[in-house]
Amino acid sequence: MTETFYDVMRRQGITRRSFLKFCSLTAAAMGLSPAYAAKIADAMENKPRIPVLWLHGLECTCCSESFIRSAHPLAKDVILSMISLDYDDTIMAAAGHQAEAIIEETIEKYDGNFILACEGNPGLEQENTGGMSCIIAGKPYTEQLRYAAKHAKAIISWGSCASWGCVQAASPNPTGATPIHKVPDLGNAPIIKVPGCPPIAEVMTAVITYMLTFERLPSLDRQGRPKMFYSQRIHDKCYRRGHFDAGQFVEKWDDEGARKGYCLYKMGCKGPTTYNACSTIRWNGGLSFPIQAGHPCIGCSEDGFWDKGGFYNRLSGINQFGVEENADKVGIGAATVVGGAIAAHAAISALKRSQNKGDQA
Amino acid sequence: MSIIQTPNGYTLDSSGTRHVVDPVTRIEGHMRAEVNINSDNIITNAVSSGTIWRGLEVILKGRDPRDAWAFVQRICGVCTGTHALTSVRSVEDALGINIPENANSIRNIMQLSLQIHDHLVHFYHLHALDWVNPVNALKADPKATSALQQQVSPHHPKSSPGYFRDVQNRLKKFIASGQLGPFKNGYWTNPAYLLPPEADLMAVTHYLEALDFQKEIMKTRTIFGGKDTHPNWTVGGVPCPINMDDTGAVGALNMASLNQVHQIIKDTKTFVDNVYIPDILAIGQFYKGWLYGGGISGSNVLAYGDIPDRANDYSAGNLMMPQGAIINGKLSEVHPINLRDPNEIQEFVPHSWYKYPNGVKGLHPWEGITDPNFDVSSAKGTKHNIEELDEAAKYSWIKAPRWKGHAMEVGPLARYIVGYAQGHEYFTEQINYTLKTLDVPLEALFSTLGRTAARALEAQWAADQQLYFFEKLMKNIKNGDSTTHGGEMWDPNDWPAEAKGVGFSEAPRGALGHWIKIKDQKIENYQCVVPTTWNGSPRDEAGNIGAFEASMMNTKVEVPEEPVEILRNIHSFDPCLACSTHVMSEEGKELVKVTTGPIGS
Repeated sequence: MTETFYDVMRRQGITRRSFLKFCSLTAAAMGLSPAYAAKIADAMENKPRIPVLWLHGLECTCCSESFIRSAHPLAKDVILSMISLDYDDTIMAAAGHQAEAIIEETIEKYDGNFILACEGNPGLEQENTGGMSCIIAGKPYTEQLRYAAKHAKAIISWGSCASWGCVQAASPNPTGATPIHKVPDLGNAPIIKVPGCPPIAEVMTAVITYMLTFERLPSLDRQGRPKMFYSQRIHDKCYRRGHFDAGQFVEKWDDEGARKGYCLYKMGCKGPTTYNACSTIRWNGGLSFPIQAGHPCIGCSEDGFWDKGGFYNRLSGINQFGVEENADKVGIGAATVVGGAIAAHAAISALKRSQNKGDQA
Repeated sequence: MSIIQTPNGYTLDSSGTRHVVDPVTRIEGHMRAEVNINSDNIITNAVSSGTIWRGLEVILKGRDPRDAWAFVQRICGVCTGTHALTSVRSVEDALGINIPENANSIRNIMQLSLQIHDHLVHFYHLHALDWVNPVNALKADPKATSALQQQVSPHHPKSSPGYFRDVQNRLKKFIASGQLGPFKNGYWTNPAYLLPPEADLMAVTHYLEALDFQKEIMKTRTIFGGKDTHPNWTVGGVPCPINMDDTGAVGALNMASLNQVHQIIKDTKTFVDNVYIPDILAIGQFYKGWLYGGGISGSNVLAYGDIPDRANDYSAGNLMMPQGAIINGKLSEVHPINLRDPNEIQEFVPHSWYKYPNGVKGLHPWEGITDPNFDVSSAKGTKHNIEELDEAAKYSWIKAPRWKGHAMEVGPLARYIVGYAQGHEYFTEQINYTLKTLDVPLEALFSTLGRTAARALEAQWAADQQLYFFEKLMKNIKNGDSTTHGGEMWDPNDWPAEAKGVGFSEAPRGALGHWIKIKDQKIENYQCVVPTTWNGSPRDEAGNIGAFEASMMNTKVEVPEEPVEILRNIHSFDPCLACSTHVMSEEGKELVKVTTGPIGS
């Protein structure tokens, strides 16, 4: 039998009683009558794990490496119990045509009902001029990407490569590296950007578990990033913010200010213009983040951060006390909600159907 | 016609059936392998092709050398940090910057933690499924598995029959679901898998344990570098200041965070000693008759060395990882190497998708040129659907680096062979113990199994050296030195108008070098020659095959349609294709235009 959500919860020590209570609460949270609790329970007990195809284009695999460092949930539990990671060339047992056959099989069996996770991006310049800079099974990666994208329920753009282009797209972008949402002829699946080089592990697993738990996409900002993790600047929640406001700065490496943990703004910190969760969720199980370890933020979750001047050059236009005004201009689009959350888990289909029936009755 | 004799001693016969493996999975990046297999199922011709190109060093041109580490760190997220370290070393070499002792100790701990993490994850999550059959583990008796565990590793606490029964039940359920995830379409009925069910169950259990534990190893890097993957580095030292007892200590490295580093280092050593090493010996016991895949390890190996004991001294005598080259299997003679000598390390492109100006053959990295030239006109298939590559023409995005004209193997096995030849005490003791335990001769080392074992031994060595550098760091702080950055030459106005330097390290998968030229405070040229460029190189002008191709040669394949043995040999190098395939042009602009040859359809 398939290990379902219910099985996972039971295995992790949750009693049937607690599980049913969880289902009631979920029903209440979704504005459904208590009768739907049983239907939710049924869906969670019996639906298969949602298939995920995790494709790799031009990239460095730092997103996968980050993903496996997730402390909660553990990567092991995501892979074995929450999703069905049917294709991921970095860890899959099969190779060659046996590997490629899986994409075909998944599309046949789960057309429109799997998640496409993209790490990296395609180099379109090479292909446009008759070459290939990323070859999979003898063909351009773009072909594999397009094929899978057109049949996917939703696309997750992992990291800054898939979201923005990242390092290979930095000037002069020799391969014509193109972020996923700008690749032509990709179909209409919604795209969730989870930028960062890499993204924080627990943010990656949270995006997946959010979709599985609530059976919808997270709310996205105008740029397509989950609002819950990308709507505030690192500077907004930085524990060194008090030193910024007090005018206490690190002036050079390892000076007295550095040893006292003063603000790194003058060392080039990009925290005031970078939307990410580093200063709140922090890294590797909440252990630290770049500023805490004495290095200025390099802004790795921002579009085109490689080409915004040197990492150690002070941001201009950031006024010490007028910071809100200026930085708000920088991130002006970020507060806009993108509506139309879509169902992302196979289980939602059952729920929606029952909901519609309920409406008709 | 179809038989070629290579200068490095291989007979390539392409008359047998051609088999293509693309993609080669469980590696970093993208690669393709093609082999010819004769009627006895022996590989008689092997072709390896790097199938990704990102052009990263082109992008570096004209940038601030102090920023370069962040760009080149993104060459690879698996060996994360090793490129950054090599980059800051190249800039420090060019500008004559010295770093403080504490920075050296911290950098070494970070580099060693990478070796351990990378080796562990490589073995369990990229390589193990070439030796371990999770489906066969379902047949295991949990009691017998428990007994096996207690026999091979008496100190590992997770060894009860109930524990193994739980894992087996989870696995049963997973497999019975029909949603096999990463195990889907594996080669689980292939006779190449030799472990008894109990050993399979033990190894699968450790696949999961290692997946949980690996994230702990890297936490030292989060404390020193702020995040992992891709922690932060800086030219001239390390970014993290030390403040043991003054106001604001909580904003710096302090007693609490250093205690945590200490604990992680100790736990890492325990895991390597109690799980990784015993597993290698246990699995090795069943596969010691399968000694294919040695390739050129028995003849030509190269190590740059790494882990300077004292700061700023990169001479062989101060490096705790060995440096040197061995040619033609002559262990009695370890050749010194010089990364600055234009005649030692050179890169060739006759079989790579690049072109050099007329008359140019090999180029030293400081003078390197990269002009992409994708051409598959003589391959079978079309330009966007390659069926079979033509190894007589260009067939890879990887260049062919050579040391004094020789194809060389780099990596943990190369380091262990060089160390053994030099009488490196720790390495020699480990090698002798392993050979004795498995009851095999020294020659067994020159194999895929030897490569896999060397990686585990090196993780064990690195776990001990982490402790050494932690103690050294604490001692230095105790003696009153808390400096982590000297601030020397940070201001570009202090730099000479022109400078060039080389930084080197031993990445988990082998010797890594970065060559930089600085002009008017900007990067004029930046070249990386990385481990997988050495190991995965295509043929050179003279016809020498590289380490990947050599490792596949003469291997017996049980079921030609199922490439278990090919994967086993290739994986033993821990290939990193994103690393291997980007080099920079002196005239970066040309790179935007891509020249393609006449393409047949």
